[in-house]
Amino acid sequence: MPERDHLAASRRGFLGLAAGGLALAAGSGAARAARVDTSARILILGAGAAGVAMASRLTARLRGATITLLDPRPEHWYQPGFTLIAAGLKPATYAVSSTAQWIPRGATLVPEAAAEIDPETNTVTTESGTKLGYDFLIVATGLVLDWAAIEGFSLDLVGPEHGIGAHYAGPSYAARTWAALDAFTSKGGQALVGRPATEMKCAGAPLKFAFLTEDTAARKGTRGSVAVTYAAQSTALFGVPIVSEKVRMLFAERGIGVVYEHVLKAIDPGARTATYATPEGDKVLDWDFINVIPPMRAPAAVRNSPLPWADKWTDQGWVEADQATLRHPRYPNVFAVGDVAGVPKGKTAASVKWQVPVIEDHLVAEIAGRGEGTERYDGYTSCPLITRVGRAMLVEFDYRNNLVPSFPGIIAPLEELWISWLMKEVALHATYNAMLRGRA
Amino acid sequence: MKQLTFGTLIAVFEEMFGRALFWALVAAAAVITLAYLYVLIRDRAVSWRKFLLAQLSMPVGAVAAVVFVMWITESRLSDIGGPIDAIVLLGIAAVGAVGLAILVYTVQSLVRRPGAG
Ligand SMILES: Cc1cc2nc3c(=O)[nH]c(=O)nc-3n(C[C@H](O)[C@H](O)[C@H](O)COP(=O)(O)OP(=O)(O)OC[C@H]3O[C@@H](n4cnc5c(N)ncnc54)[C@H](O)[C@@H]3O)c2cc1C
Repeated sequence: MPERDHLAASRRGFLGLAAGGLALAAGSGAARAARVDTSARILILGAGAAGVAMASRLTARLRGATITLLDPRPEHWYQPGFTLIAAGLKPATYAVSSTAQWIPRGATLVPEAAAEIDPETNTVTTESGTKLGYDFLIVATGLVLDWAAIEGFSLDLVGPEHGIGAHYAGPSYAARTWAALDAFTSKGGQALVGRPATEMKCAGAPLKFAFLTEDTAARKGTRGSVAVTYAAQSTALFGVPIVSEKVRMLFAERGIGVVYEHVLKAIDPGARTATYATPEGDKVLDWDFINVIPPMRAPAAVRNSPLPWADKWTDQGWVEADQATLRHPRYPNVFAVGDVAGVPKGKTAASVKWQVPVIEDHLVAEIAGRGEGTERYDGYTSCPLITRVGRAMLVEFDYRNNLVPSFPGIIAPLEELWISWLMKEVALHATYNAMLRGRA
Repeated sequence: MKQLTFGTLIAVFEEMFGRALFWALVAAAAVITLAYLYVLIRDRAVSWRKFLLAQLSMPVGAVAAVVFVMWITESRLSDIGGPIDAIVLLGIAAVGAVGLAILVYTVQSLVRRPGAG
């Protein structure tokens, strides 16, 4: 039967093509090394983006290791999704999954917070008083949002009733932030958006929020009655000068006002005023809608341990770490990864993706008796800077403030592109999930 | 992005359309392709009359594909910002055009008796 033969031949051809594609894809990844036998006890504090990704990579590389994760939160939060929720594009559930579902086989989750870390005796005490010994400690607790530092603010105030947003606080608060933004942009008035003076996760997110506030009003046709002011904490809009300049130009083009060196310290929800610390003393601005992003610090258990820098960020408590290897200089069996790591830049999920393979390399090399690993983290940080619904700039940079585009010549870093929007809106969540599984 | 693997790509597409819709689309594309191959082999020649109608359907397929992707990604045509955007958009249109042409050709061949066209 010639038809059958033809079909079979073409199917074989198709399978061959698919297999070729797979081989190509596999070849582009790092060659998977053989698993290393060990009885090491590895303790990971935090099962967020960094903790889970770390556990997935280590369970794949090590055989016989005891890998334990500590995290009290039953929900896993996909935080880059908070921006889309706060723009009314996704429901709160978009960012929520369960922590337990991501724990890889070969690792154990203890649903408790670390209360005390003692790197001298290699023990961590949990909130219930259980003591856990370790050979290697990976600190991946993320950071805490210091809401109490904003006088007059409380999370119950978030929503359309008071015209207050706080999309950093979590998925349901991001949804309430959208409710507040939606009501505000229908009515009109003055919006205030800003950022804290501490280090922060995703420093582009406050800028995105300013753009989205303007865009929401423009789409509704109420732009004429809406004023948006961005309160920058310093004299720049972004830590990377070339990006800061680009944002300054875009803000001007879009009619978004800027006040520099304004750090939010208090709000009065009744009078709808906000007080900012400035070099010339306190200044008070009026608002009809305000989005609050508070100072950020390491969790108390980390801050109160011997792990933070003694002479840097002393009010914030980030874990002392070598910039290139993320290893603790004073306690070499301790690594820091993700938002809690005391390195300049790098507080994004994209940085986590680049940090995790570095720690994996150094840890596995040491366990295998090969000495130091060779991988190095160069400060890679990425932030798809949404400038309106449908467009974004893919901003990627390193420790030296150099732009390091992933797709040079194809996706221009400082250009507002639809493809960059697609990356944030559709590709980022999938890439994030793949990272959690150790596949990206 | 540090490494872009085939698995990541599949995951990206599952995310884009939702897992069920994505695999339904893949299955639909596979079925149509197989049916197309089947009628080609059965008829042992390309029918130029059917091909003409298939060609006429191409602009419709192109527009439909673009509208669909824009709807799924909350975007508008005015969001196209640079050359790469235009290339991606043209790619989507091309896939839609060829896809619908194959579909139209196959449907015609399946509903009409072989040799009749
Ligand atoms: C609004 C917003 C937008 C963002 N947009 C982007 C973006 O576009 N691109 C991007 O790459 N990144 C973005 N990010 C940043 C990104 O989400 C974080 O950088 C990333 O989640 C960091 O991972 P992590 O594991 O260090 O912290 P997390 O993911 O926060 O996880 C920390 C975990 O540690 C747990 N924990 C805390 N204290 C303890 C303790 N004492 N003991 C045990 N466990 C503890 C917590 O419960 C939590 O589960 C955004 C963040 C926000 C808030």
